[in-house]
Amino acid sequence: MLKNGCAVKLSEVPRFKYADFRERTAEQLRLGQRIASWFADGEDLYMIMTDDASGDLLPMVTRREGVWESLSVEFPQANVFERELAEDSGLEIEGSPWAKPLRKLQDEKDFYKVAGDGVHEVGVGPVHAGVIEPGHFRFQCYGEKVLNLEITLGYQHRGIEKKLIGAPDKRTVHYIETAAGDTTSGHTTAYCMVVEALAGFSPEPAALKLRALALELERMACHTGDLGAISGDIGYLPTMSFCGRLRGDFLNLTAMLCGNRFSRGLIRPGGIRISIDRNVLEELRERLNKIFQETKNAVSLLWHTPSVLARLELCGILPVQTARLLGTVGPAARASGLERDVRSSFPVQELAHKTITGIHGDVYARARVRWLEMKNSREIMLRLIDELSDLKASDHEPVIRPGYLAAALVEGWRGEICHTAITDSDGRFKCYKIVDPSFHNWPALAQVLRNGQISNFPLCNKSFNLSYCGHDL
Amino acid sequence: MFKPFFARLKQGYQTKTFPPEPRLPALYRGFPEIVSGHETDLTICPVNALSKNPEEKLTLDLGKCIFCGKCEKSGAIRFSREYRQSAFSREELIIGDAVREKGENLRKEIYKLFRRSLKLRVVSAGGCNACEADVNVLNTLNWDISRFGIQMVASPKHADGILVTGPVTANMKTALLKTYDAVGDPKIVIAVGTCAISGGIYAGGEDCNGVSDLLPVDLFIPGCPPHPSTILDGFLKLMKT
Repeated sequence: MLKNGCAVKLSEVPRFKYADFRERTAEQLRLGQRIASWFADGEDLYMIMTDDASGDLLPMVTRREGVWESLSVEFPQANVFERELAEDSGLEIEGSPWAKPLRKLQDEKDFYKVAGDGVHEVGVGPVHAGVIEPGHFRFQCYGEKVLNLEITLGYQHRGIEKKLIGAPDKRTVHYIETAAGDTTSGHTTAYCMVVEALAGFSPEPAALKLRALALELERMACHTGDLGAISGDIGYLPTMSFCGRLRGDFLNLTAMLCGNRFSRGLIRPGGIRISIDRNVLEELRERLNKIFQETKNAVSLLWHTPSVLARLELCGILPVQTARLLGTVGPAARASGLERDVRSSFPVQELAHKTITGIHGDVYARARVRWLEMKNSREIMLRLIDELSDLKASDHEPVIRPGYLAAALVEGWRGEICHTAITDSDGRFKCYKIVDPSFHNWPALAQVLRNGQISNFPLCNKSFNLSYCGHDL
Repeated sequence: MFKPFFARLKQGYQTKTFPPEPRLPALYRGFPEIVSGHETDLTICPVNALSKNPEEKLTLDLGKCIFCGKCEKSGAIRFSREYRQSAFSREELIIGDAVREKGENLRKEIYKLFRRSLKLRVVSAGGCNACEADVNVLNTLNWDISRFGIQMVASPKHADGILVTGPVTANMKTALLKTYDAVGDPKIVIAVGTCAISGGIYAGGEDCNGVSDLLPVDLFIPGCPPHPSTILDGFLKLMKT
């Protein structure tokens, strides 16, 4: 057993026989644990399971022996991991209901098809009408009604995990910072936790606090942007316009800390790279309060406009059972009523945090949860600003120990980010696995579209706002 | 029913004039300058943007630079607060080596074609969503680029050119080329961000080496990601009389 952000000697990771490994995975999943990460290191298969109730990370390993009997039918959350393993490490999988590669370009014949009178197909992307990342959506429709949506990704695949083998070196942190460029604080924090755990190094508490601050700022900016985008997609322009501007103002607060709107260059293994003095924090508090009030003003319009509520309510419902089966994380899971939040289940420091959940799992719930989370984020940030004093930049690069495994969970604004690393005998990464929350959540988006109108797609898509590059890596 | 009106009053008028100078953060790293009399270890740069030219002078390739600031310590490079960084040719981005006004003819040619109306189709080809976000932000109240006659359009058939972000992954190559082909002639290509210009941190392999290998780029806007004012300044250069 492992706590969040801790390391364990490779020889001490529980090792199971191939068949037992499968049995044990199934057993733990039945108990309500989740797969946070699952990857191959040569012939070894590593899995990190998480237990929300106890706050433990449970790593285990097995040596591959032939065909893997798929877990996807009983545990749909395993499906994306199995598909990835088959694609990346050539694991042969038997009995999977849907075993397509995740990131390879698809042939026309590979898509799921529905046949029959009046059934038609709509293909969208990879290049979309707006300024967004590429992905392909294939709808099988009967009239306006969507029978099935298939989401194929991989267009953004840059091969980050491969580039991280043999790291860390001077480029590593930049790959991490751009794994999903809108979640720089989230991914870089997870990376630093992994490196520090591997090195057996504890950064000073003030540095951890500043990282938490950056993470909440990122959440505020992105949630504001999402609320604006949701308003835009239902044609409610006041909130869209106001929030578009306010999102930029939140990004500018991050820029105040480090010079970059996406927190590039702020968080580094060992601590943070930029000295922060009290005056900056005071200015941050002042500007935060002002921007927050303006955001409250802009967002509250949504909750008081009947036509807005009528469009958001009961649209794109993700039932709690489905969310649980698919292993959904982040605001999308919480909007369906699942109490999943790394900040409370796997805390690394004390925060003024409370987990916020919704009820129906519809677009309204996903919007509402975002707003309530922003209110909470502000409280967290104000507390952190109170507690922080002057902070010195650290240029201490922790030295990684050979033969260890470390795992870290971070609650990014989209949900649970999981980074896992294994070091070789020279203290270099033998394997580095990134799981972006989008990896868990894309299948949930496909589900909520079923039996709804195709015109609900943009709205549902915005209400999840998943990352393409974070998924594709 | 009156709530949106009161909200509008509270939010106030937010559109900033541009230029003059936008409000840049105190720690902002802008256009880098080479400081003579200092030596630096060329290998310190994670993207190999530093090199020596034939005259043994230090040069910095702005098309590769990710503005991480590692080279600043040696004193040989100083990041100024200049946000105006775009260029009309790849060579102009080599700082310490070239004259910056080389692209004047190209600029005039583009101006003749499109005057003060520019419709662009954006293609993200492996971008991390930071460049995309900073292009998108230009449509918000603060920047309101439509007042300059610039618009991001939904179809390549409506566009005067394409704006590319990201290093161009193997899987996006076809889609990028198809989008370009769908834009009617004459057309321009704008590369936004270090990845699109050179592949940035992702360069060096078979793919992900930027858009220049595939399409004729007319305007390069460097940065990781470029500040919105850098992007807007680049666009406006095309529209100067």
